[in-house]
Amino acid sequence: MIFGYAGKFLEVDLSTENIKEIKLDYEVLRDYVGGRGLATKILWDRLGSKWETVAPLGPENILLFLTGPLTGFFPGGRICVSGKSPQSNGVVGSTVAGEFGVELKCAGYDGIIITGEAEKPVYLFIKDSDVEIRDASHVWGKDAKQTVRLFTKECRGILKKRFPHYGEWKEPSILYIGPAGENKVRTAIVGAKWTHAAGYGGYGAVMGSKRLKAIAVKGTGPLPEVADMEKVKQLTQAICEDVYEKELWRRWGTGSAGYEVGATTSSEPIRNWQEEWHDEKSFGVDKFENRVWIKPYWGDFGCPTTCLKIAMVKTGRFKGAITDNPDYELQAYLGTNFGIFTPEENVFLSSLIDDLGLCGIQTGNLLGFVAELFQRGILAKQDLDGLEPKWGDAEAFAALARKIAFREGIGDLLAEGAYRAALKIGEMKKVDVLQYVVQCKGISLGAHGIRSGKDYPEIISYACSVQGGDHTSVACLPLDDSRSELIMIFHDSAVYCYFNIFGIPRNLKFEFYKAVTGLELAQEEWVNTKALRILQLQRAMLLLGGPDLKWNPKIHDENPARFYEPLPSGPYKGKTVDKAKFEQDKKEYYEAVGWDKNGIPKSEALEKLGLQDVDKALEKLR
Amino acid sequence: MTTKKEPIWVARDFSKCSGCRKCEIACSLFHENRIWPEASRIRVFMLVPGLEFPHFCAQCEDYPCVEACQVEALSIDSKTGAVLVDEEKCTGCGQCIDACPGRVPHMHPTENHILICDLCGGDPQCVKVCQEGKWNVLKTVSKKNYAYKLYARTPEEITRDLAVKMYGELGEEFL
Repeated sequence: MIFGYAGKFLEVDLSTENIKEIKLDYEVLRDYVGGRGLATKILWDRLGSKWETVAPLGPENILLFLTGPLTGFFPGGRICVSGKSPQSNGVVGSTVAGEFGVELKCAGYDGIIITGEAEKPVYLFIKDSDVEIRDASHVWGKDAKQTVRLFTKECRGILKKRFPHYGEWKEPSILYIGPAGENKVRTAIVGAKWTHAAGYGGYGAVMGSKRLKAIAVKGTGPLPEVADMEKVKQLTQAICEDVYEKELWRRWGTGSAGYEVGATTSSEPIRNWQEEWHDEKSFGVDKFENRVWIKPYWGDFGCPTTCLKIAMVKTGRFKGAITDNPDYELQAYLGTNFGIFTPEENVFLSSLIDDLGLCGIQTGNLLGFVAELFQRGILAKQDLDGLEPKWGDAEAFAALARKIAFREGIGDLLAEGAYRAALKIGEMKKVDVLQYVVQCKGISLGAHGIRSGKDYPEIISYACSVQGGDHTSVACLPLDDSRSELIMIFHDSAVYCYFNIFGIPRNLKFEFYKAVTGLELAQEEWVNTKALRILQLQRAMLLLGGPDLKWNPKIHDENPARFYEPLPSGPYKGKTVDKAKFEQDKKEYYEAVGWDKNGIPKSEALEKLGLQDVDKALEKLR
Repeated sequence: MTTKKEPIWVARDFSKCSGCRKCEIACSLFHENRIWPEASRIRVFMLVPGLEFPHFCAQCEDYPCVEACQVEALSIDSKTGAVLVDEEKCTGCGQCIDACPGRVPHMHPTENHILICDLCGGDPQCVKVCQEGKWNVLKTVSKKNYAYKLYARTPEEITRDLAVKMYGELGEEFL
């Protein structure tokens, strides 16, 4: 056995309502760990042979909610959501903060595997080993805040009734979708609280396609036994002490960056990336802190950083808007990217996006793209149901977001996400609009530009990533760099929040892994073997793709066209991505990870990792 | 944190709670040597997101739980003023829960006895981690002759108050 695991997984077939417990082999857990790594393995084993035909929003797709061995132990609890992505048609490990993973392990499960699709709206209620599929018709259509309220009340009511002598029941932990997920919008999230999001990948739409409104879990057992609790305590203390001394993330979260990343590193999306620099002090973190943050420190299980905050607008036109933070990504994508530079408008849009169950990054990027098409006259008022998304007009962007969540009018087309919408608009208007979409392999980019060279991603970061535009999983060299996708795979597979590791020695996470699991794991072994194996599997499924889209590395391992335009303003004015340098870096990256000149994993690289079946499946792409 | 000699009380400022739940982790590690949120004597409720607060014994002046216990399983620690549970005697009948104005005690999730904060014998571990984190939600103070019983409130009652304080008139909509 490996310590740190509950030892079993819950498998629920929503078509047949069959619920069972399964176990995974020791070797599988040892090699694929949990979360993203394990998701990749499960999806490959079960769907790999027919990957290209599996519709991400069809009943054949498998939806996964996986913890990792470090979940609940390493400070900052998370859960990883995965499946075949309706954005990239590959696999994305999409993690979200909260107590869900902890409750799940305390209920005795390392993860949940959902197959099939329900006939009518349902939710899953897990109380330890009691698992039931319950009717959710009365909650279908509800926004995030009401969904959380109704399930909290209902589940506590059930627990009280069943266990009248237990005392007061704490709320179960809930993962849910909003209207956008229900309507299979490809930019829909799986949400927790108000609203932490598993955004990248679009798994809210997968949940919606299965008519699964929510999962609520209450686990009353302890977290699994660990190999060395004294060591776990000692390492936890070291991490916490470091974090408590550092103010940046704790005080501001990433919320200082809405100003900083524009003004200082000049890498923030502004008006759909037409610029990346601004010096709007109206958008300074002091304005957020002093005007809208009503809870200055908001955290999830075991987290010393508590980078989240709660913002509320108390006066004026947007009174009553409530959201977490907004963090940097949403300050950028629902702020500067719309030409909006006030906290109140930004909180209003973020609150709305939460309520609708949309991803602020994907939807903000998409709407910025739409607004640029409007600016250029490619899309007119009559194309947009009478709406005019002018830069800075928060109400117009809000109206479009609602249309997307409910697939009304133009919203139905836009609900396919930026890339797919661009293909359709291009056809409709006979104009190449792909040049204005800032995305990679169906996934809109995180709010960190590469042109100034002053932010953290490199010029190949998005183009070569197996998770496309995901800013939390970027490609870079050397492969063991702390920003590297191969290291990110560790965070996403052991499943904890990597915002707690910035100040600690790099090896501590592997020591932590050993203290929990009892297994030795050296960074070198992780990067060169285990993480690389997961990366190859993700790459294989990404390239196999289908059924609606396929990626050709020669075309799609590429930056958005915009990144080859020179920055028009700011301290790095004129800077752009050098195409020759990009090609060189890409070549070096391909070589380092064992991909051939066309970007396909090489036979010998796959064989070395024991992935002969993957090699066979990729033959047709070579 | 120095161990106070006289009876102590854990002062609590709910609105500062970040929801990090380090108190639950510390409590369950101390009492159970496991990370076990449901077996923690202090439990963080979040009936409405953003309104997290630790729910635990307020050591009422008149100890109604001790009074209510038919089997003399509950007693008062003369040193700290905490309510002590005799796990052998306790039958898990739940009368102390009903007697508590805040319905604070709850059953051990796997054993047949009630859980009530014992102040860790005078050096509450929850306070220690809360102070280390500089949250200052929990603070050990000397127990004076105040109406501590006011703090024995149900999770719903506390949430209702916090909802108004945090979200104003909108708070009602989330309850």
